[in-house]
Order: sequence, then C-alpha cells, then structure tokens
Amino acid sequence: MTLISVRDLSLAIAGTPILDRVSFDVQAGQIFGLVGESGSGKSMTALALMGLAPHGATVSGHARMNGTDLLSLPEDRLTRIRGAEIGMIFQEPMTALNPVQTIGDQVAETLVIHAAATRADARTQARARLDRVGLSGDRFPLSLYPHELSGGQRQRVCIAMAVALRPKLLIADEPTTALDVTTQAQILDLLRDLVRDDGMSLLLITHDLAVVAGLADRVAVMQAGRIVEQGPTEALFRTRAHPYTRRLFAASSHQPARHTQTQDTPLLTVTKAHRTYTLPRHSLFAPAPTVRAVRGVSLTLRAGESLGLVGESGCGKSTLTHAILGLEALQSGEIRLFGRPAGPGMSNDLRAGIQVVFQDPYGSFNPRWRVEKLIAEPFHLTGRPADWRARVATALTDVGLTPADAQKYPHEFSGGQRQRIAIARALITKPKILVLDEAVSALDVSVRARILDLLADLQAQYGLAYLFISHDLHVVRAITDRVLVMKAGQIVEEGPTTRVFTAPQHPYTAELIAATPVIPPDWTEGADDDSRALV
Amino acid sequence: MRVPLTLMLGAGLTAVFAAAALISFLWTPFDVTQMAIAFRLLPPGGVHWLGTDHFGRDVLSMLMVGARTSIAVAIVAVGMGMVLGVPLGLLAAAARGSLLDEVIMRGNDLVFAFPALVIAILITAVFGPSALNAIIAIGIFNTPVFARVTRGAALSLWTLDYIRAARVAGKGPAQISVEHILPNIANLLIVQGTIQFSLGILAEAALSYVGLGAQPPTPSWGRMLAEAQTMIALAPHLAIFPGLAIVLTVLGLNLMGDGLRDILDPRLRRAR
Repeated sequence: MTLISVRDLSLAIAGTPILDRVSFDVQAGQIFGLVGESGSGKSMTALALMGLAPHGATVSGHARMNGTDLLSLPEDRLTRIRGAEIGMIFQEPMTALNPVQTIGDQVAETLVIHAAATRADARTQARARLDRVGLSGDRFPLSLYPHELSGGQRQRVCIAMAVALRPKLLIADEPTTALDVTTQAQILDLLRDLVRDDGMSLLLITHDLAVVAGLADRVAVMQAGRIVEQGPTEALFRTRAHPYTRRLFAASSHQPARHTQTQDTPLLTVTKAHRTYTLPRHSLFAPAPTVRAVRGVSLTLRAGESLGLVGESGCGKSTLTHAILGLEALQSGEIRLFGRPAGPGMSNDLRAGIQVVFQDPYGSFNPRWRVEKLIAEPFHLTGRPADWRARVATALTDVGLTPADAQKYPHEFSGGQRQRIAIARALITKPKILVLDEAVSALDVSVRARILDLLADLQAQYGLAYLFISHDLHVVRAITDRVLVMKAGQIVEEGPTTRVFTAPQHPYTAELIAATPVIPPDWTEGADDDSRALV
Repeated sequence: MRVPLTLMLGAGLTAVFAAAALISFLWTPFDVTQMAIAFRLLPPGGVHWLGTDHFGRDVLSMLMVGARTSIAVAIVAVGMGMVLGVPLGLLAAAARGSLLDEVIMRGNDLVFAFPALVIAILITAVFGPSALNAIIAIGIFNTPVFARVTRGAALSLWTLDYIRAARVAGKGPAQISVEHILPNIANLLIVQGTIQFSLGILAEAALSYVGLGAQPPTPSWGRMLAEAQTMIALAPHLAIFPGLAIVLTVLGLNLMGDGLRDILDPRLRRAR
C-alpha cells in the first residue's frame, strides 16, 4: 500500500530551481532511501513534504498522503500533521534538543501539544517511548538534561520525540552522520526495529551508500535536484543504470593508486605520551575530577610512510595530534621530530618540517585574506623567500588549481577546492610530514576520491610521510600502509593496514570493523571499472 | 546588497547632526556668545528659526555648536574606550583560562559594578568640571564594554582551524591577535562603537545638565536643558529643541548601529 505518493515536486528559491519534478512513492512499512551528494536537494525534498520549505520558496507538484495533498494544505492543518502523521529527526543531535528542558519534558511536550495525552498521563507515556528507544528508566530518568547524554543517546531522545505519536512516516535526515560508527550501527538497528515492529514507514536521507544498502527496501539517487534513478535497493546497486549512480559507486569504493616507498628512518617518534585534563570542580572539598585523554601512547612514523590513526570521538586522537604539532604540552613522555625533541617551544625550522590539513574546509582560512597570502602564511617559519609568489603558484599547480587562483578569496571556492588550498598551504614549506586531521571527512564521496588521488600523487612526488587521523575506516584503508587503533587514550592495536582490517586482533578493532556499514561485495562487482569515469 | 531602512534612517539623522556640527565651525546664523537682551525669549520665527533664550542668544546657533561639543566628547570617549578595551580583550582571549584572563575580566566586572554616571560625577567633582574630565570619565566606563565584546568574539575565533593553522605556522598570540582576530571582529567593534557613541552623547548631556561638563560660555545640549528648566512654562521651546536634538541623535546612532549589525554580521547576512 502506498503511504505517500510524491509527484512532480518542484521547488525554486528566488527563481533558482532547487528541485526539479521529483516523484517517488513510499510504501507503508517500508524503508525508502534517498541518496545524493550535498546540494542534490535531498533535505529540501523532506522539508517541502513537511511544509517547512524556506521563506520565499515556490513549491509545485503533489504529495498525497491518505488522499490529502500535503503541498496544498494551509499551515494550521500542517502543524497537526507534523509530529502526528509525519515525524522527523535531524543530523545534529547536539542542537536538536532544547538544552534547558529535561528529556522527559521534551518528549511529553510533543504528546500534550497534539492533545494525545493529558499532562499527567504524558509523562508515563514519555517514559514508555524512551524505554522503546533503548533509554531504560533505571539509567535514564526523565529528569536528565540533554547535556548529560552522549550524542547517540541524544539521537535516541530525538527519535523518541519523533515517534511519540506513532506517526505513519518518519523522515530521518542524515540521522547518523554526526555519530561514531559503533553508535551509528545501534541507531540504524533501532530505526530498523521501529519500522518492523510498529509498521512505520521511513524516509532515510543520507549521503552514505553503505547505510542505504543495509537498510532500505527501495532507493532513489538524487543529483542536482532530480531523481536520476530509483528502484529496489539490490537491483539498483547491481545494475547502476544511470552514469551518475555509477560514478557515485566508483567514488565510494575508490582506491587511489599508491606507490609506497617507506624507508627505515624514523621521522617522528612518540614515547609514552601522557596528557590529563583537569575538569571543573563539582564540590569545593573534593579534588577536581580529571580526564586522562592520552595514556602512554607510543608511535613511530617513518620517512615516506602513510600511517593511519583511527578511533571514535573522545578517544584522545585530537589531543595527541595537537601535542605532535606542538600546540599543546604533554605531561610526561617524549615527542621527537627528526631526532630532536619537539613540543610547544620547538624551533621554527623543526615546525617547518611538519604541517597539517584540518577537517573543516570552511573554517580553515581567514575569510579576509587572499589565497596567495593564506598559502604563504607558513613562510613565517622559514622567512619569506624572494620567489615566494612563484612558490605559491607552484603549490597551487601541484594541488590541481591554477596560479590565477592566488588572487581570489576563499569563499570563491567549493569545499573540495578549499581542501586543495589547505594542502597547498601545508606543503609550501616543503615539510617531510603532513598531518591529515580528518582531512577528507567533510567532503562528498566524489570530491573525497579526487582528494585521495591527489594525496597519493603528492606522496609519490615529494616522498611525504602522512599521519592520517580519521574515524572513517574506508578512507584509512584506502590510503595508509600501517594503522593504529586508539581507544580511551591508548593504542589498542597496531599493524599493517590490510592485516588489521582482515584479521583484527583486538576485540575493539573487530567491533569497529563490524559496525562499519558495507555494501555487500557481490552487489558492487564491476564498480571499480567505473573509476575511470572519475578522472 | 539591499541597505536596510533602519540604516538609511539612522545614517541620515546622524549625518544631519554631524553636518550641523561641521558647519558650525564656519558659520552659525548668529554668534553664540553674543547676548541681545532686547530679543530675549523670542518664540521660533522668521529671524530666529528656533527662537532665543533668556540672554537673547540664538537657539539654533547654540544647538549647532552644542552638537560639536557633544560629538567631540563622545568620539574621544569612545576612542579611549576602544584603545584601552580592545587590547585588553584581545589579551584576555589570547590568555584564555589563565590567571591573566581572570584578572582582566574581574577588573572589568569591578568597573562595571560601579554606577557609571555617579562615578563620572565624582571624577568631575574631584578634578573640576570640564569637557576633558567628562571625556575621561565616560572613556573609563567604555573600556570594559569593549574589553568584554572583544574577548567574547575573539574566544570563538580562537577555536577555529585557521587560527590553529597560524599557530602551526609558528605565529605567536600577539601576531595572531593582530593579523587574524582583530580584522575579523572589526565589524562587531564598529557596531558596538556606534551604540557606545550614542550612550556617550547621553552621558555628556547628563554631565552638562548637572553642570559638570563643558563650561559656559561653550554651548552644550545638557546645559541648555538645565537652563530651560526654570522657564519651561514661559518658553517651552528652550527645552523642546535641545531635548529633540538629543533624542534624535541617539535614535539615529542606535538605528545606524542596528542597521550596520544587520549588514555586517555574517550570520544575519547568510540568513537573508
């Protein structure tokens, strides 16, 4: 039975078309996946269905649910449908909850607003909903505030609110993108259970093909505001009829061609590093609580090597990275760069040998500086050479941009191009070590594939050593020779990447690998042949 | 980019008063120090557009020169607040979480905790009433405002990756504050400056009103109000025009500050 039938949904903002004749059906009790890269219009589709399209947007088309056309309903009718008939959860559980209200009040509020329960009864029902999403009463009383919960637990509260009124349709917009892989697996399991047990339909919006592969009954692929292909998940994954679908597949399983030339010279050694933070006191008399972010970590990075460091959020990898870059001091242990002791007070020539690319392509540049000045900033370490403009031009060419880009401002570039600028900046002092701190995590799959290719090329060209920090196991597997797995401030496993991924020794590594969503290998046969389409 | 109506209105009002102050250097309808008892307390009319006061001085001329006093005092006082407050705020942000940060911010709280106008009266009472002492008094109370705004904005920038990149490039806190932080919070400081400027005009008027600002014969809006007080039944225009001048200038500056924030704040700009 068709629950919601969308026909020719088009949306334009100030004359710019955002959605172009989007049509699909969601069957009752089914999971419908909507995949695409950023800007493809997948979130906008969901917002339009909920009547939440931005101000000034013109919407046309139909979205029939139980015989009513959602797109033609007035706002007061829509408010009754939102929450009651259609629930929605968003990507960022950190901001989706009101920080000054208890979780019990927030779930109960939904019930009271829709007059589904009296105030007294609402709390009992809120308890039941929270139990349903796996937050049991003994550990998670209704009186908890959002800040007392982890990201995954908050997302469970969001789900409890969204399904509080037993809506027929749940729209989940990138529900697990901000979460760690193990948490992601649990939330995806929860969503699957809700659909199976409560007969709900789920419209799952994601950029991650592997998530869809494991969950959705049907899939639609979106590109530039249009659905280019849709069908039953397995059939669509196997046939990949549309060229864009093929490109998306190739990009997500892309393996850059790497020629490693690891030498035996250690460039960076960390020995028994410890870093403990003092937290604010809870009581005047008790000692201040502490958190041991890094506990006795030792590692070695050799010349020309590509070393991965994986772990979930809060495992201490950022603290360790900052210590290696000399941005923060260690309490004990030693870091040696090129055989010399390193730390916050290290000399400029030592710093020039190790540079970094950060995760966020939007926060990585002073918005008021031209690219030329941005890239030349690390010359502060070495003194600006007379031919600095030529060096900037070479760096730009190296990363696949043009020398003319030097006169532009960062906002004139896309996310992927900005990440190229960040790489150019990191390479300008000719460092031996490049620290890549989640450097491709914020990028779309096709852009990510090209940046990974670029990194492989640069490594071959300049004999760089990479310290590749990421939570994304696919990426680490594609680009590293050796990998370290970090948990709770310690390295729990270390070894050649292929060995660690195929035969993990530590239970935590095995858990990480098992939790990572994968497309069944036999579905993607031949996808690699499509990688040519990328270049 | 669309210029918001509030900004146009605010800038227009501000421009009128700034122009009046500038023109007064070259020309006023009458000499402001010249008394003409025969023509005292004239209502607004043909020769004296806004009437005359109890000494027969032309009110419009006094308002124009008074604008000069108000604007001069307010500009210097805001400048003083910025020159002292912004570096303190940058320093506190660069040393975030340290003892220095605490000392600076608690010192700020201390200044904040005093009722500003009462202390200004104390300062001018101790050192003698003059426009200069009014400037110093108002300037001191502008300092913590700028320090706090600067620190708050700078703190959020210190967590960004481009600041981290600058640190990896070996730059120290002072250089980062000047090169990266200051230009990116300039918008905020301009907006805050506009608001403080209007408060400065109010404070100057208040000090002059109690006789602690600019001294006679220099005309000042606050003192014009004070002098008009006893004659309010006889010649209401003497109170109405300086009062209007103060209200409109402050309104103009506040509207301009609001409008500037709307177009300069990147978050509001993106939302549009």
